[in-house]
Amino acid sequence: MTPLELVGSLGIVGYGLGAIGPGIGVGLIFAAVIEGTARQPEARGAMLSTAFIGFALTEALAIIGIALAFVFGFVGQ
Amino acid sequence: MTAWSGFAGLMPLEGYEPPGVESFDLPPLIPGQEWANKYLLQAVVSVVLIMAFWLVMSRKRALVPSKGQFLGESAYMFVRNSIARDTIGHDFKKWVPLLIALFSFVLVNNLWGVFPLTLMPTAAHVGWAYGLAGLVWLIYNGIGIKKFGPIGYLKHATMPPGVPGPMLIIVAPLEFLSNIIVRPATLSLRLFANMFAGHLLVLVFVLGGEYLLLHSEPVFNKVAGVASLIFSLAIFGLEIFVQSLQAYIFTMLTAQYISSATAEEH
Repeated sequence: MTPLELVGSLGIVGYGLGAIGPGIGVGLIFAAVIEGTARQPEARGAMLSTAFIGFALTEALAIIGIALAFVFGFVGQ
Repeated sequence: MTAWSGFAGLMPLEGYEPPGVESFDLPPLIPGQEWANKYLLQAVVSVVLIMAFWLVMSRKRALVPSKGQFLGESAYMFVRNSIARDTIGHDFKKWVPLLIALFSFVLVNNLWGVFPLTLMPTAAHVGWAYGLAGLVWLIYNGIGIKKFGPIGYLKHATMPPGVPGPMLIIVAPLEFLSNIIVRPATLSLRLFANMFAGHLLVLVFVLGGEYLLLHSEPVFNKVAGVASLIFSLAIFGLEIFVQSLQAYIFTMLTAQYISSATAEEH
């Protein structure tokens, strides 16, 4: 007897779990940008440039998650 | 009791086909030509509209601008200042046409998703996102190779300054992967996933609301259907925001990649 049988997309569950980290990470990046702009408004341009580099790297993990959820994520028949 | 029977039993709704990946397979407009579908029509119309807009904007040159000229100049200044100048630095002017074109194209094609006659963002078909990101990849690698030479550009992209020797063995392959392999993938998939997921969200609320309202019996279901349809208007508002933001992020990241490919070593 199988107590619990999952059929369908396990990948989406995996993506949901995997999006916790990048979500927090991107929030931290832009929290730092907001605080830095509050301290020194004229540094906003340079800070935003660095923020976007960091954002692209952090969000890459979430994007890999959603892509692989579609490719590998289906279980059952 | 029939009014509440649907709620009490929570029966699966027969005859309801939830929206999925197949909702994005659009039929060809010319029978037999599979490539001539609505996505292509939207992209072509968007190019015509964008060219007409910028040509008209560049023609008016009054010193005291009218409202239309002010609108066009604000749009142009937004991309030129906050995206090109602040990101690329001192020789940013030659990149402004590319960034204006990319921003306009991505924005208009995203906004087709909330335009009443089309209701499908072009980038929800992944090929369009791949094409745009592939173009950006060719541009930033090409400009780096042109400036530093192939070996020099590889060294510039994979070995950041200030990393001690033995660490380079780990850092260099990771940087290569991150800068040259992962960047076009994430650039395209970010745009595609945002458009795909957003449009799917709209479809869930609208199709589910329509089914609940018109094709199921209990009164509770019909009320839930009306609520779902009303909420889908809020989702459309969210979609306008996300589409504009994704166009901005795409253009900003393009400027960022160009800037870091041509950055001078201090």
